Amino acid sequence: MKIQYCDALVVGGGLAGLRVAVATKEKGLSTIVLSLVPVKRSHSAAAQGGMQASLANSVMGYGDNEDVHFADTVKGSDWGCDQEVARMFVTTAPKAIRELAQWGVPWTRISGGPREVVINTERTTIEEADGAHGLINARDFGGTKKWRTCYTSDATGHTMLYGVANRAIRDDVDIRDRKEVLSLIHKGSRCYGAVVRDLVSGELEAYVAKATCIATGGWGRIYRTTTNAVICEGTGQAAALETGIATLGNPEAVQFHPTPIVPSGILLTEGCRGDGGVLRDVDGHRFMPDYEPEKKDLASRDVVSRRMMQHIRAGKGVPSPFGDHLWLDISILGREHIEKHLRDVQEIARIFNGIDPADEGPKGWLPVRPAQHYSMGGIRTKATGESPTLSGLFSCGEAACWDLHGFNRLGGNSVAETVVSGMIVGSYMSEYCMNNEADIDTATIEKFVAEQYDYIGEILSRPVGEENIFAIKQRMKDIMDEKVGIFRDGETLYGAVEELRELLQRSSKAGVRLKSRGANPELCEVYRVPRMLKIAISVAYAAMLRTESRGAHFREDHPERDDLHWLKRTIVKWTDPQSTLPHIGFESLDIMKMEMPPGFRGYGRKGMTVEHPLSRKRQEEVDTLRARMELEGRDRFEIQDALMHFELPENYKEKNERFGVGYE
Amino acid sequence: MSEKEIGKGRTLTFEILKYTPSDPESKPHFATYRLEETPGMTLFIALNMIREEQDPDLSFDFVCRAGICGSCGMMVNGKPLLACRTLTKDYPKGVIRLMPMPAFELLKDLSVNTGRWMNGMSKRVESWIHRSKERDISVLEERVEPEIAERTFELDRCIECGICVASCATALMRHDFVGAVGLNRIARFYVDPHDERSDEDFYELIGDDNGIFGCMALMACEDHCPKKLPLQEKIAFMRRKMASIK
Repeated sequence: MKIQYCDALVVGGGLAGLRVAVATKEKGLSTIVLSLVPVKRSHSAAAQGGMQASLANSVMGYGDNEDVHFADTVKGSDWGCDQEVARMFVTTAPKAIRELAQWGVPWTRISGGPREVVINTERTTIEEADGAHGLINARDFGGTKKWRTCYTSDATGHTMLYGVANRAIRDDVDIRDRKEVLSLIHKGSRCYGAVVRDLVSGELEAYVAKATCIATGGWGRIYRTTTNAVICEGTGQAAALETGIATLGNPEAVQFHPTPIVPSGILLTEGCRGDGGVLRDVDGHRFMPDYEPEKKDLASRDVVSRRMMQHIRAGKGVPSPFGDHLWLDISILGREHIEKHLRDVQEIARIFNGIDPADEGPKGWLPVRPAQHYSMGGIRTKATGESPTLSGLFSCGEAACWDLHGFNRLGGNSVAETVVSGMIVGSYMSEYCMNNEADIDTATIEKFVAEQYDYIGEILSRPVGEENIFAIKQRMKDIMDEKVGIFRDGETLYGAVEELRELLQRSSKAGVRLKSRGANPELCEVYRVPRMLKIAISVAYAAMLRTESRGAHFREDHPERDDLHWLKRTIVKWTDPQSTLPHIGFESLDIMKMEMPPGFRGYGRKGMTVEHPLSRKRQEEVDTLRARMELEGRDRFEIQDALMHFELPENYKEKNERFGVGYE
Repeated sequence: MSEKEIGKGRTLTFEILKYTPSDPESKPHFATYRLEETPGMTLFIALNMIREEQDPDLSFDFVCRAGICGSCGMMVNGKPLLACRTLTKDYPKGVIRLMPMPAFELLKDLSVNTGRWMNGMSKRVESWIHRSKERDISVLEERVEPEIAERTFELDRCIECGICVASCATALMRHDFVGAVGLNRIARFYVDPHDERSDEDFYELIGDDNGIFGCMALMACEDHCPKKLPLQEKIAFMRRKMASIK
């Protein structure tokens, strides 16, 4: 048996995983990163529009700070997020972006003086301060009060990924690609690493570590139409779930992005609308202001996606062989802007649809329809990134339910979360590695490797022809699209859960035609699909149980946000490996500890909330305390600390300097 | 796209190289598959259909399927292209021959080890910012001229797909040649004001026949670069800089 020992094992080589690895390596810990693909190919590279951080350099960002970013994030989450985590995040985000600048991310910079922009379809001139010349610029994004999204054209994820990956290469982090985790090694309530399959040779190895971090991204590929890369299959989360000890949080919280292009489902960034692009219907009418007079095309993603589907249902969609769609019009931004700031969008539209979006009028309009984009849910962690139930297991980035996003994530907060949580969780994980040993016996390690070896042997011994794994996978994706989509209801969800359970049973009969333990694409499908089905069942079952509507989770039979009964986080545990259903429980969010008690988001449907009596009580408490402390001349940091204290490692809690206002 | 266009498509013929170097029994050969064309069909769609319906053993690499991640470079009728954004409709004869990219270690069928190659290149050209002192991340960031940031970004757009290497005659003859991708990377850090390396430092990294002096200026790298990077201009510029080092 091949055993590799290290201090810190990181599963997943996207932005989050690499940033964790840089953190642990910096502390002198031996660190190994495992990745399905060469790390610079990770799905982080596909993030286009930008990263939120309240630098407030641009005139359109003046007045922005941690408090404003915090409020936007909590409202965006529809009060489903962990507010302490949100505070940790907004405080660290400006530091993350400044760190990345030094690591070589060529952030788009401000030119002092007048600049022409498009706001509300009007060409407007804004005047950047000469003093801000050369500082990091920001663009507008949905659900934000200020222009806060820092960017490099529309290839932000790419430049960030290369910046962090190059840093990891500089630091000599041991990165191994084409490696797949099959299961986690654990004993008692402690995780000790993973059983790993080499995707070229098929060989199984044990990686034993003091701490293991899962940063494998989202699970979008359980859906048919998704913006996610083909590797985003949720198998990292499934490995955690299959321990029977680690849990998933809020799997039903699935984001549908408003503007993937039809029919390929490739994402067109929110930056299209952030920079002034608009949505139009079959008549060419700009319809979003009719529904959302204040935020218009830039309400949060859950709201815009629902309004779009509502508009299509009202008969205003554009018919096409691929179903009804709407139009995204960025031609009004002008060719120069598009060819500089929305280059990848133009390239995608030209290649896949034969449309040049810079062409004026309907000729340049792009067909779009909402599709699965992001998993707010994931491996449940504490604020330190560690599993509350399986010690030594950490998770961060999209793979985790750290719970920054609650039931809806704001655009620009995902790549921001990857690096910020990488910094924070990487630090806590280092601390864990320094205080704990990998005190595991080889018999236990061997047992876990043998289990996977035997499982693959069993798959290879199955007769061919009874079940086809590709057909099962396709059916799962269809069910998720059709029954666990933007609009949900109890009966349909029940049907989805039942059929997914049946698919899970059938998947154990799928054989492979090539009887080889080596490189064997069909074999990969046969062991991955049941794991994907466990995630899909968790999503559908949690969606069925949550009889309210919150953020991206919308139940037509329960259209109200019900704070009285549902201000809770869903917790999924798969205790019985033979069962086709997990155990689902709920943990309450404590209103009396919130810095910002539940209220109206400022967009979306009004008066559709069942209020919790404590919300008002806490709001009064917050208001009184704030008023008193302001009278006493306390600053915003002291008031914030009194309302909801939070901790950060390293020097991440230090105040952030801003242009023109210093450390205020 | 009209209803007519979506009707029954042509039958495409794919000839795909199959070979598993790690298997002593395996011999390189072309396998032939026939597939009905669908509207907007890309090689990503076609190859997945072939694997699902005809040959579950066929190996190839895709990740983003949107031309962003650089995973799927392969030889399409003799030209190195990103398969995910290659449309079958652009092949009027309906015959498409796929081979793995040369210059890289072949893993299986169309799958090559660009990861290891690029990692080696990154280490060789020290593909990271070199600076003597790190700045406090709580204070205002260092200012950068907007135009310089843009020029850096322009060269930072490389996705390490390996197509420039597969196109390059020097790379095929000299296995240690750093390739347009490596020389572009040097040009990128040369522009970046955060990097403190001098001309002499860069000369140490690429001032030889496996580096900047290995390029024969055949320009196939730039012709095929899916990101349309100005590779020849940058290579010429760096060569002049490096040649002037005493």
